[in-house]
Amino acid sequence: MVDQSATPSRRRNPVSEPVLVRWLLIGICALFLALFLVLPLGTVIGRVFAAGWDSFAETLTDSDTKSAIWLTLSVAALAVPFNLVFGIATAWAIAKFEFKGKTFLTTLIDLPFSVSPVISGLVYVLLFGADTWLGPQLKSMGFPIIFAFPGIFLATVFVTFPFIARELIPLMQAQGTADEEAAISLGASGWQTFVRVTLPNIKWALLYGVLLCNARAMGEFGAVSVVSGHVRGKTLTMPLQIEALYNDYATDSAFAVASLLAALALVTLILRTLLEMKFGAEVGNGRHK
Amino acid sequence: MDIRIDKIRKEFGDFPALHDVSLNIRSGELIALLGPSGSGKTTLLRLVAGLEYPTQGRILFGEEDASWKSVQERNVGFVFQHYALFKHMTVFDNVAFGLRVRGSETRPPKAEIRRRVEELIDMVQLSGMEGRYPGQLSGGQRQRVALARAMAIEPRVLLLDEPFGALDAKVRKDLRKWLREFHDRTGHTTLFVTHDQEEALELADRVVVMSQGKIEQVGSADDIYDRPQSAFVFSFVGDSARLPVTITDGDVIFRGSGTGLRTKAANGARHIFFRPGDIQLKSEGPAFEGRILSMRRLAGARIAEIDAGLGEGAERVEIELPLGVPAEQGSLIRFLPHRFAIF
Repeated sequence: MVDQSATPSRRRNPVSEPVLVRWLLIGICALFLALFLVLPLGTVIGRVFAAGWDSFAETLTDSDTKSAIWLTLSVAALAVPFNLVFGIATAWAIAKFEFKGKTFLTTLIDLPFSVSPVISGLVYVLLFGADTWLGPQLKSMGFPIIFAFPGIFLATVFVTFPFIARELIPLMQAQGTADEEAAISLGASGWQTFVRVTLPNIKWALLYGVLLCNARAMGEFGAVSVVSGHVRGKTLTMPLQIEALYNDYATDSAFAVASLLAALALVTLILRTLLEMKFGAEVGNGRHK
Repeated sequence: MDIRIDKIRKEFGDFPALHDVSLNIRSGELIALLGPSGSGKTTLLRLVAGLEYPTQGRILFGEEDASWKSVQERNVGFVFQHYALFKHMTVFDNVAFGLRVRGSETRPPKAEIRRRVEELIDMVQLSGMEGRYPGQLSGGQRQRVALARAMAIEPRVLLLDEPFGALDAKVRKDLRKWLREFHDRTGHTTLFVTHDQEEALELADRVVVMSQGKIEQVGSADDIYDRPQSAFVFSFVGDSARLPVTITDGDVIFRGSGTGLRTKAANGARHIFFRPGDIQLKSEGPAFEGRILSMRRLAGARIAEIDAGLGEGAERVEIELPLGVPAEQGSLIRFLPHRFAIF
């Protein structure tokens, strides 16, 4: 028999929790976010406001800071396209072909996530450092790696490699190869198939991966710190510049640069959310049945 | 376009998906590849399309050896099981795709592409839907877009992989009729893969029954249903009953006693196959005998499940009983098939 006394308001979704539990969970989550994310971020911004606009402007127009911003942007501008190409190639290979060692390759992609960033930087020092065979050779040819832009670029590429590939692999695996087969059966060449069919199928996931990759490329500290050599105005990226300023007790300046870096991250986050809304709708609308 | 499949063998790793399959398809024929999953029918279709290459053997399009030609060079229209429509393109763009990707020397001018695409969309009865995306279409409509897209490249053959597999029963029937008419109108040599015998028998000029990477039988619907040439075809297509028998000099012996049936099959242990409806009840004389285990009503007849083993190991068969025959669960019944095959 149905329990007639149960009022509609007390009936709930069988898989849902009681109201009290739900509010408790939401509360814990909100409190955690407030304490660990909003509070520190708010402090950074509050500190910048407290120091005033002039101090902020002064820091950002300082030549060392400007050079750090420029370095960060140029490293990201190079590392992201680099990983874009390699990410697509890797995801394509893993998702669409069967070959020996595929599982191993898939595991390898995650390596930059699993090793400490310090090691990610150190491998390049061990490879191209002053006491290696390769390093001095390249340096004498006018192309230094360690303590210079190429080293920072390499370390950033290494650390940010998984983002795009990771984003694409599950999607491309789910999509299978039927669309590509359809395209070639209609006479399209490999390149036409890629540009007209594969790329549009993955574009939102790709953009999402690029954003994550970019955020990490700009924010990477550990690996870059090892290879940078900390030459002010030359090899300091924004995160390193923040540390340097902080160590100089130039706290206000440190906070000013930090707020700028945080702002870049926030922009990425907002773009990401917008994309997610768009991306979700696309997937729901266009999925093959 | 004639197609000749000549002793094709295909292995995936160590697994042989097709063993020495040969088949001649006449120009303009509508052929069904029928078989259970894993019978190699889709592999055969993909080999013809060029989506797979054979391990051995040749595929000829007319007089031309196409075995090692790429998909693009073969110029075949392929309709995929789940249609594989480009979901970011409109119906129009999907159909136009094959024309737009052509090299500049063979690509028709824009106006010509527009004219042809519109003609095709009209032919598959989707006029007015040019601007829709695949996500906004029903299953049957997507199927027809896929067909129009495949036809746009003026293919030499049309290949369809489980064309009605993803549709519900009603749409399936309508589309089946529609595809037959479409084929008769365009006259393309057409191969389609199906696991649905009804579909194959109704639609195709000739049905190719496949099992375990081999062709079991090729023939018209009548050939396949009335004159099955192997135990597999007999039991796969249509309802069938099967009993173990011994053949001695042309006599069919069941459980030690003669049944009065004669066959040309060689001596030894065999099986007798017959359709459940092809029997006569016998009150006297030699016959198969069995006890009725259960009965169920099916349209104009009753289907009786019978244990012909009579206690010595179960031999269950189903036979069709006319409604007037007095029979009930547990009663003994004697019957003889008037049409049968021995394998």
